[in-house]
Amino acid sequence: MLEGKKVAILGDRDGVPGPAIEECIKSAGAEVVFTTTECFV
Amino acid sequence: MDLENQQRVKDLAEKHGKDNLVVILGGAEAEASGLACETVTNGDPTFAGPLAGVQLGLACYHILEPEIKDEVDPEVYDEQVSMMEMVLDVDEIIDEVSTYREKYSQF
Repeated sequence: MLEGKKVAILGDRDGVPGPAIEECIKSAGAEVVFTTTECFV
Repeated sequence: MDLENQQRVKDLAEKHGKDNLVVILGGAEAEASGLACETVTNGDPTFAGPLAGVQLGLACYHILEPEIKDEVDPEVYDEQVSMMEMVLDVDEIIDEVSTYREKYSQF
């Protein structure tokens, strides 16, 4: 499902941060086009 | 979801195509994660940001959802996410995000 897709990552500093998600998504074969770590609250 | 990120997601959907863009969330709380999912699928529920009234219908998942976890290299997932997986309310987060996705996502 992720392979070949463009992915926008909205991480959370109190949850899973953007860079951690980015590593995961890259390993799944998708292209990360945007990563941020916001405070969701 | 902050206004700047709403604009970024809107621009990326236009640039890459709505059917080709997937949003992955890392929110710590179910309610906030659900709101972010609602925002990128059905539009900003607070009607404050660039996605107010804009139904992008994007595919949107939380990193803890099995659909995503199963596609990630287990070693990488273990290293990057497993710690937070132990402390977050995974079931509640999955329930909230998948509810909005099933309701509003078009892809």
